[in-house]
Amino acid sequence: MERIPILRMGRLLLVTIQVDMHDRLAMALQEDLTTRIVKDRANGVLIDISALDIVDSFIGRMISDTAAMAKILDAKTVLVGMQPAVAITLVELGLTLEGVSTALNVELGIKMLEQRN
Amino acid sequence: MSNTKTTHLATVLSTHQEQLLDVWLAGLVSRLRRDKSGAADLRAQAEQFLPLLAATLESTDSTNIDEAGWADVRQLLAEISQSRVRQGFSPIETANFIFTLKKPIFEYLNVALVDSPQQASEEIAATSTLFDDLGLYIIEVYQKAREQVILRQQQELMELSTPVVQLWQNVLALPLIGTLDSARTQVVMESLLQKIVETGALIAIIDITGVPTVDTLVAQHLLKTIAAARLMGADCIISGIRPQIAQTIVHLGVNLEDVITKATLADAFIVALQRTGSSIHHAHKGQ
Repeated sequence: MERIPILRMGRLLLVTIQVDMHDRLAMALQEDLTTRIVKDRANGVLIDISALDIVDSFIGRMISDTAAMAKILDAKTVLVGMQPAVAITLVELGLTLEGVSTALNVELGIKMLEQRN
Repeated sequence: MSNTKTTHLATVLSTHQEQLLDVWLAGLVSRLRRDKSGAADLRAQAEQFLPLLAATLESTDSTNIDEAGWADVRQLLAEISQSRVRQGFSPIETANFIFTLKKPIFEYLNVALVDSPQQASEEIAATSTLFDDLGLYIIEVYQKAREQVILRQQQELMELSTPVVQLWQNVLALPLIGTLDSARTQVVMESLLQKIVETGALIAIIDITGVPTVDTLVAQHLLKTIAAARLMGADCIISGIRPQIAQTIVHLGVNLEDVITKATLADAFIVALQRTGSSIHHAHKGQ
């Protein structure tokens, strides 16, 4: 089964979503990510969605949930690289992803996480 | 619309074309209110129109100008009408292009049908209807061309009124002027988000000094814009809130608590500088 790769950068984990999400892939990602946070003692998670042109309510909720899970394991999640069109769509859908930090790109996201530690 | 074939009109048009053209042009030029520089254009257009009209009348049975046989005439009239819109002619001047032709044609029809007054009046009625239709058509095209101009100006105005300026490294400002409706919010949002991507800005200051009134809808639009910017990783500050607007916002029960608000752009700018880790120092004189 295809899986979304999780890369480790020091104590940060980088997840780049480049394919269409579906239920099982999302479940697998959440399982992998929580496992890796514990195993790698990560304190920050970057979710990069710059390759996604379409983000629906399902992915939106998946990202919120994943961030909430990471927070319970004491890792801060930053969502990076959202396209302008995606941001407008999410706002129109009423999904403002409260509780998820955001940054323009991976670099700024890393800076944000480093400031916290 | 009449469908009677105006047999004599076609004949009159082809036999007396030269004379018709001269009388018609004389009529047209005398009605030119401004300088007579348009006379050459008029002549060219008239010389194109008359033979085309004669040819069309001969080739089609119908005088219903909506039909396919009249496509060429419609096309030519549309071009003439559009060129007049660009040159700033009035609708009357534009329509007179057709209506001035009526009188000379009627005269020639009368002469041609001098023996049968009954037929003459029928022919003139049919011709008159045809020319009315053509005249109305030219006005319709004129109107449409004007509407396009207005539409284009509206769009330009919309883009002009939503500039996004870079105030400092990582700091953008969006001075809003005029009422915020849904369409404008969309443009504002798009240009702000685009600029955030281009400049990598961390903070955007939305200045609403130029927004005359803030109702729940405008507030809703503002909050949407702010939410979208936040999703892109940029924080927003609202500045330029006038006292009356602060009162309205509270009376309306709009929740702006999650948003940083400042009274003036200057205050907002200082907050933005602190957030981005920059600061401004006064240079003391003499040092």
